[in-house]
Amino acid sequence: MSSASVQIIQAVMLLLFAPLAAGFISTCKARLQNRRGAGVLQPWRNLRKLFKKEVVMAHHASWVFRFAPYIVFTATLMAASVVPALLVDTPLSLTADVIALVALLALARFFLALAGMDIGTAFGGMGASREMTFSALAEPAMLMSIFVLSLSAHSTNLTTMITHTINTPFALHPSLAFAMVAMVMIAVAENGRIPIDNPTTHLELTMIHEAMILEYSGRHLALLEWAAMVKLLLFSTLIVDLFMPWGMTAQADLTGVAIALGLWMVKVAGLLFVLALFETSMAKLRLFEVPEYLSGAFVISFLGLLSYYMLEVGA
Amino acid sequence: MNTAIILALAACSMALIAALAPLLLRQPVAQRTGLSLLLAASGLLAMIAGICGLILGGDTLILPLGLPWMPMHVRLDALASFFCLVIGSLLLPVAIYSQGYLRDETRLTSLAIFMPLFVLGMLGVVLSDDAFTFMLFWELMSVSSYFLVTFKHENLENRKAGFIYLLMAHMAGLLILGSFAVLYAAAGSFEFSAMREAAISPFWASAAFLLAGFGFGTKAGVVPLHGWLPEAHPVAPSNVSALMSGIMLKVAIFGFIRVCWDLMGSGDFQWWWGALVLAAGSSSAITGVLMALQQHDLKRLLAYHSIENIGIILIGLGLSMLLAHFGHPMLAALGLVAALYHTINHALFKGLLFMGAGAVLHSTGTRDMESMGGLIHRMPWTAALFLVACLSISALPPFNGFVSEWLTFQTALMAPQMGGALLTAIVPFSAAMLALAGALAATCFVKVFGVVFLGHARSEVATSAHEVDNWMKVGMAIPAVFCLLLGLLPVLFIPLMDRVPQLLLHASLADSIHAHGWLWLTPIDVAHSSYSAPIVLIGMLVLGGLAFWLLHPKGRTIRRSVMWSCGNPHVNARMQYNATSFSQPLRRIFAGIYRAEEELHIERSRHKLLADSVHYAVHVGDMAVQYLYQPIGKLTLYIAKLLQHEHQRGIHAYLAYTFITILFLLAVYI
Repeated sequence: MSSASVQIIQAVMLLLFAPLAAGFISTCKARLQNRRGAGVLQPWRNLRKLFKKEVVMAHHASWVFRFAPYIVFTATLMAASVVPALLVDTPLSLTADVIALVALLALARFFLALAGMDIGTAFGGMGASREMTFSALAEPAMLMSIFVLSLSAHSTNLTTMITHTINTPFALHPSLAFAMVAMVMIAVAENGRIPIDNPTTHLELTMIHEAMILEYSGRHLALLEWAAMVKLLLFSTLIVDLFMPWGMTAQADLTGVAIALGLWMVKVAGLLFVLALFETSMAKLRLFEVPEYLSGAFVISFLGLLSYYMLEVGA
Repeated sequence: MNTAIILALAACSMALIAALAPLLLRQPVAQRTGLSLLLAASGLLAMIAGICGLILGGDTLILPLGLPWMPMHVRLDALASFFCLVIGSLLLPVAIYSQGYLRDETRLTSLAIFMPLFVLGMLGVVLSDDAFTFMLFWELMSVSSYFLVTFKHENLENRKAGFIYLLMAHMAGLLILGSFAVLYAAAGSFEFSAMREAAISPFWASAAFLLAGFGFGTKAGVVPLHGWLPEAHPVAPSNVSALMSGIMLKVAIFGFIRVCWDLMGSGDFQWWWGALVLAAGSSSAITGVLMALQQHDLKRLLAYHSIENIGIILIGLGLSMLLAHFGHPMLAALGLVAALYHTINHALFKGLLFMGAGAVLHSTGTRDMESMGGLIHRMPWTAALFLVACLSISALPPFNGFVSEWLTFQTALMAPQMGGALLTAIVPFSAAMLALAGALAATCFVKVFGVVFLGHARSEVATSAHEVDNWMKVGMAIPAVFCLLLGLLPVLFIPLMDRVPQLLLHASLADSIHAHGWLWLTPIDVAHSSYSAPIVLIGMLVLGGLAFWLLHPKGRTIRRSVMWSCGNPHVNARMQYNATSFSQPLRRIFAGIYRAEEELHIERSRHKLLADSVHYAVHVGDMAVQYLYQPIGKLTLYIAKLLQHEHQRGIHAYLAYTFITILFLLAVYI
């Protein structure tokens, strides 16, 4: 197997498994709430249904509204194919480092928010305003936790960072713990999960992501929902990559890739289960408590930075 | 005498001819065409001169002009060449744009005289090689731009803005003069070549740094010296705003680099200089974008974004100064290149944004975003080009703003431990502030594009808007193409900018930049970080094209219907989110910074539960104006009042004053 083929397998895998991951969370949540749930495949069925349906667009929707789903989808998919899931060193992983990865997701968000503004409904504008505001507040915390991670690896390239973590003997670094907590908090916020936003509600005055895509239908809606699922899986893979990359293979041979695939699935499933656990046991925050949550994430990541300089630099 | 400097002087002479032409051409049409043509020629020449100067190297020249004992010294080195390129690359499109923009203007003479003089001033500052020439052209730039700000002097608002602008420009000029005086005292000559050689004590070097920093900082709009900027930029004609915001602020950055990096001995910084520049940069970036978010005057909003972007440039410069002080020349070179990259990026996208705002103003007659909306349907070209600038300024790949911010992040991330713990923590903190500023800028431009171009028209003027003519479209298309090129192929442009750190820091990025070919941007080496914009773009085009092709409705058309309104049949354009409501969450989150004054007035004549009309107004003032400018203004008035009795004395009192003054001066002189 060449590394290019593993690259393609990896990207396709993230794309195809994303609805399963979403289904896995909702099934976990259903079981935790003593319900049977619709099954792991339900998101796939929803997507298939939406792809078959007709697209209805408002009279004065412009090309921004029409092309935004494609831009959002491709930017997210591009970001997903940069993240190594199985093989440490994939051909595309050099295309964008972590900062460029975050910027690709920002590009997707920019067009999603513009699409929300395009129709001119109050809901669309509301969603756009909130999404952009909260993501802006999340950005410094995101960068700061990346910063903490890049300090010990001296790099922002994912491949180098992963190699560094695999090759250093395991030790408990307080800075990494801080960075991880901050990163998980940001990942929850960026994906619009509880306690920031609830992806399962429609027509609530506190909704953010759903408010922006309220006017979409048919394949456009399918693309946007799929992109959101890919983004969730992407963040899970990113957290796995940065904090527990053990088991990823350096060579593109069949056994190595198979083992890496198995371990990746276990790790991601574990992470998603924890997310389901939190979502079941927590309520959504009030809208104006979200900035406090995000600045909390920033302070935690900044503590990680300080603890790196104070505790780990000399040691 | 090499080609580059001749071309640069030719660009200056073109501007001079353009300034004289309106005296011969009296017809508005002739004046307009002459202005556009000559300025476009000047811009093209400046661009070529800049590129030639960067590739071939520059030259110095003594012109037989100026005072008899002090001829003008001219020098085109790498730094001057780069800023010539910046000036030229925006001047050319703005000149083309002006041909369309000024079409309806009947009294053009003052604009046609002062706009070329303004350009001449900027080119002269960049080329000058002695303090006298520098100050002469600096003042030419400041004074001529005053007349451009007050072009529509019949409006009170414009005259007020012009007064503040002139006042602060001269305060800045005075401080810069002070910094040259310190350097003159050390060198004994006004020539820059003598200043470079002169040894200067750390105390006087710091004095010169502070004077230059505050002087050039005022002109560049660094917080809290920015008070003039959001007043002057909106009221000037839009083509002039584009030049003022796009290049004049950069000329101030040029002056700062020239004095602090070149004249005072390169790389010889004290650590707190870098920390101060970094702090000023971070606070400007954050304050600029937070203020911008609360504006609903389109051009005023853009003016605040200039403050933000100057802050980003200063973050790069401050990092570079710190790294140079602590002995990391390669990283210092990276910081400087990041700052220069953002300099040319900002010139291009901000020029484009102001031209776009000018197109909207030309077409609707208003700068108020609350009465726009839906312009993408009536001005499709302007909308598409404006969107390119929005993406660029929001630092989104694959456009140019992302490259320079990415380089700045890399500089900050790669900065090793320096000095004490406080200093080490300041660098990542400023990087986090940069991240916040970048993300808030994206928020702001979603608001701008969403409110101005998307949604429904909010007023009659927006409904009757029309697309602008081809001159203006071409003028906006050129910087848009540059924005994409600078975003896609940074590896081709960085070697050109690399000449500047070679000159100033004797360090070069050439080895690491070229190591992986044109496709990969690797500022330090490939293990540290890499970014490939072409692959990102191609990947997105392929994936997006594939998705579109697979999903495209074969034989099915998209059904159009009314928008969904929760069953409410009476939906009107005023129910949309507008500029004020879009930024409401931020007003609440940053309430302590904004201190917004809100007024709510509800009229109830029929029943206490039935509102007849609701009036809501919110006002966010500039803290710097409220807490710094107004107290200084009041103090000045108070002192003037105390002294006013002295104005009304008899002749002998005046004679006594004169006598005391002469005695004082003699005492000082001897």
